[in-house]
Amino acid sequence: MITPTRPALIEPVVDRAGREALWTGSVIDVDVHAQVPSAETLFPYLAQQWVDWCTERNWKQPQGPLSHYPPNSPRTCRPQWRPADGRTPASDVDLLRRHVLDPWDVDRAILNCYYGIDSIRQPDWHNAMAGAVNDWLIEEWLNKDSRLRASMVLPARDPASMIREIERVGSHPGIVQVLLPVRTDALWGRRMFFPVFEAMAEHGLVAGLHYGGTADGVPSTTGYPSYFIEEYAAEWQAFGSQITSMVAEGLFRVAPDLRVSVLEGGFLWLPAWGWRMNKDWKGLRREVPWLTEPPFDLVRRHFRFSTAPTEAGPTPLLEKAIGWLRSEDLLMFATDYPHAHDDDLAQLLSAMPESMRAKTMAENARSWYRL
Amino acid sequence: MSTRRYVVGKAADLADGEKMAVEVGGRSIAIFNVEGRYYGLLNRCPHRGADLCAGRFLPRVTAAVPGEYHYDTEHTFLVCPWHGWEFDVTTGQSYFDPVGMRGRPYKVDVESGATIAGMQPGPLRAETVSVQVEDDYLVVDLRPQRPQRAQSARTEKQETV
Repeated sequence: MITPTRPALIEPVVDRAGREALWTGSVIDVDVHAQVPSAETLFPYLAQQWVDWCTERNWKQPQGPLSHYPPNSPRTCRPQWRPADGRTPASDVDLLRRHVLDPWDVDRAILNCYYGIDSIRQPDWHNAMAGAVNDWLIEEWLNKDSRLRASMVLPARDPASMIREIERVGSHPGIVQVLLPVRTDALWGRRMFFPVFEAMAEHGLVAGLHYGGTADGVPSTTGYPSYFIEEYAAEWQAFGSQITSMVAEGLFRVAPDLRVSVLEGGFLWLPAWGWRMNKDWKGLRREVPWLTEPPFDLVRRHFRFSTAPTEAGPTPLLEKAIGWLRSEDLLMFATDYPHAHDDDLAQLLSAMPESMRAKTMAENARSWYRL
Repeated sequence: MSTRRYVVGKAADLADGEKMAVEVGGRSIAIFNVEGRYYGLLNRCPHRGADLCAGRFLPRVTAAVPGEYHYDTEHTFLVCPWHGWEFDVTTGQSYFDPVGMRGRPYKVDVESGATIAGMQPGPLRAETVSVQVEDDYLVVDLRPQRPQRAQSARTEKQETV
């Protein structure tokens, strides 16, 4: 027996009519990607020494994204968003306008470029590449569309260099966030990173914890996975570890104004995490006495989560799971352009109380990023 | 004299820092000598019912920022032996939720044998031999106490999830 279905809104909104059918209020998209199409694209933003460094080595691109998003995986790019002429998806601002900014009629979209430069091990080259990506984002994207804001990238292996880069470009009015790969050599809550987060807070920047990262260790909590599905489906564990670290190590006592966005990490694992943390904190708080309130309360205050991907399930269960968040302020809409999560936004909105929908589609992000 | 007051032992038998559990009025009461002051708690953790009398007293540890500990040996918490929940033995309040989660405190008095001689019932009856009625005895009062609030308690309602 075939059950009637509602209109095919699972498909990405490709025109204004589809968007209006789904949601007539304002929209802020907190996770759209800019992909560096080639090393040569960055050469105008690199000193000659590093241009030569790349060319002498025939260096084409960082290794990280190749393993995170295999080029032929159906998750890497929606078919409608893959350029017919073979160009790199999401690699220029005109494509972004056509695919997301115009049809979605966004007030603002936040541009994230996970280029994978954290897989570069030479420290000075790493610093130079981070600077080049940031300058490219400002010049080729922010300066070309006033709806865009961006996350800056950092040389994520060296706190001193991270702070220098924050001080160099963190005050640019279009830069609202710092992109932090969720997989790292050391957990972000460790004390050596406190000054980095203090610098972010001083510059009013959000810390954007995002899918990806090239850690020294294995990409799972226990050894190497065999398949892409393992990497993808289990990535939330890295987010769980990072949030647990930031909370338990007392980062928010050191940087009480710090805001952290969880991007492309899902969010319905959060209630289970919160329950466990709150429960264990009651009996183990003596070892982390700076943690003076239930951890989930701290997360509700200092963290926001992008809606992509959504671990939806049947609508009645999704309603319950959203209710368990016990906050209407936690979620922020994202297309995660150009990736393909096949999230059913119509279902997500229908599972929320009405008062939560406008917050999720725009207002939470507007206040979080002070847009 | 209310019949809800029970003579449970000799004060001299419970030294500073010691604790004991006594059965009175059909329930187990944990009695603590904290620096010469006596406190009683229902010997049952409000969480899962562990014997609080088996818990340890540990110094209160707080920190305004990571690594800067205030290890306060002047103030101790009674720590439940099962899950480590900390209670202020003077009020029964838990550390993590002083409003919503508390042990049940009972008043423990020290009274002289002369006062309580002949008092009923309790696990211990004051000896009526003339010499021993001079001793001090511990008396548990099972009447409900007015809720107290610890000085340091956070007053905000905490969500326990």
